Amino acid sequence: MLSSIWAIFLKDLKSELRTRYALNALFMFVVVTISMILFSTAGEVVSGTLLSGLLWVVIFFSAMSGLSRTFVSEEDRGTVIFLQLATRPSVVYFGKLLFNFALIFGLNLFIVIAYLLTMENFKVKSFDVFLVGLILGGIGLASASTIIAAIIAKANTKGTLYPVLSFPVLLPLLMTTINMTQLSIEGATFSETIGHLRILISYSAVVIIASYLLFDYIWKE
Amino acid sequence: MDFKITLKNVRKNFSRLLVFDSVNFELTIGSSLAIAGKNGSGKSTLVKIIAGLLSPSAGEVIYQIDGKKIDKLDWFKYIGFVAPYLQLYDEFTGYENLEILARIRGLKNYKNKIEEVLKRVNLYARRDDLVRGYSSGMKQRLKYACALLHEPIVLILDEPTSNLDAEGVEMVWKIAQEQKKKGILIVATNEAEELQMCEEVINLDELKLKSREQIVK
Ligand SMILES: Nc1ncnc2c1ncn2[C@@H]1O[C@H](COP(=O)(O)OP(=O)(O)O)[C@@H](O)[C@H]1O
Ligand SMILES: [Mg+2]
Repeated sequence: MLSSIWAIFLKDLKSELRTRYALNALFMFVVVTISMILFSTAGEVVSGTLLSGLLWVVIFFSAMSGLSRTFVSEEDRGTVIFLQLATRPSVVYFGKLLFNFALIFGLNLFIVIAYLLTMENFKVKSFDVFLVGLILGGIGLASASTIIAAIIAKANTKGTLYPVLSFPVLLPLLMTTINMTQLSIEGATFSETIGHLRILISYSAVVIIASYLLFDYIWKE
Repeated sequence: MDFKITLKNVRKNFSRLLVFDSVNFELTIGSSLAIAGKNGSGKSTLVKIIAGLLSPSAGEVIYQIDGKKIDKLDWFKYIGFVAPYLQLYDEFTGYENLEILARIRGLKNYKNKIEEVLKRVNLYARRDDLVRGYSSGMKQRLKYACALLHEPIVLILDEPTSNLDAEGVEMVWKIAQEQKKKGILIVATNEAEELQMCEEVINLDELKLKSREQIVK
């Protein structure tokens, strides 16, 4: 079971590295959005709190354009049956979830480095709070996106529906992570953000458990 | 070991379109079934239902080993499937496709098995080429390699010889003969000759006529 999940993850990783299906688009997306923020705020003093919000805008939209790929590309290319005939639905789900975790961690790392280098006023005071918020936010984002992508892949209007359906589901997560990033800039201590951590952890747990239960029905018609 | 597939009153409709009604049969090791019918008569729909890729609208499909029902989630372990709508990963080579499949399936000592099936479908020389560069006949051969890799008890072939050359067609017949010796063979086809691969035939067009007559009565 675990080795099968790992096999799905490796397949997706290898496929992505070979085709650059999502990576190239994501890279451009991040570069373009960050440059736009830079141009539009040139010469103005932008507060760290506002920049925290903008950081998650960049993360949200690039995640939306990248994380749906794993399922949509299988559906588009007709390789879904290959997987359906090879293993249980839950194995596919966890393999894809793992891949999306990896994708969002890579993505967030790149975004944060680019952001820290370009935004002068974005100074993180509590790095632990910032990092934990980023990691848990990423996990939550990947968890919700994975199951939404599985649903969307079956629909006809794949691209456009995705951010629309994701936004309400992700709203509680985004509000919490944005707030946590702001707190990290204001220099809050780790213990002050325990409430946020609870929300983020339970959000991901609930979404992953619900997805696991739902996935059998979504995966096969 | 006693293996049995049973279809009981299987019906499928896509909203208002009734594809077939009350399909019934039972297959055990050594038996083989050909599914005949015109284009659009529901052959592919029926094999998908047998393989668990589609759910029937009514009725049920049962897999049994020694009288014990197999959970639908585990059917994949027993099935080999070849069909035109089954696609392989064209960014990987033939060998990589099989390796991925073997790992996902959790097969042991798969290297030997992969080489064996590659030789069997005559793709060994081209194993390290990307599937993108394969001809449609070569892709069809690779699908056979994928289907046979885990030595399935049930082999389901939808349009078994599509895109194959004479030698490929012969290969399919050989595979079909061997499958009948040790397992179950199901073939969906609209070629009269290929119906000969199997001992029994179910004709979906006739089935439709029959059920219509019943309604008239
Ligand atoms: N997903 C689907 N949605 C709606 N109709 C479908 C779908 N799949 C197949 N059909 C219809 O069911 C009928 C049987 O299709 P199919 O099983 O592919 O036929 P065959 O394989 O015998 O040519 C056709 O009329 C087809 O249009
Ligand atoms: Mg067909």
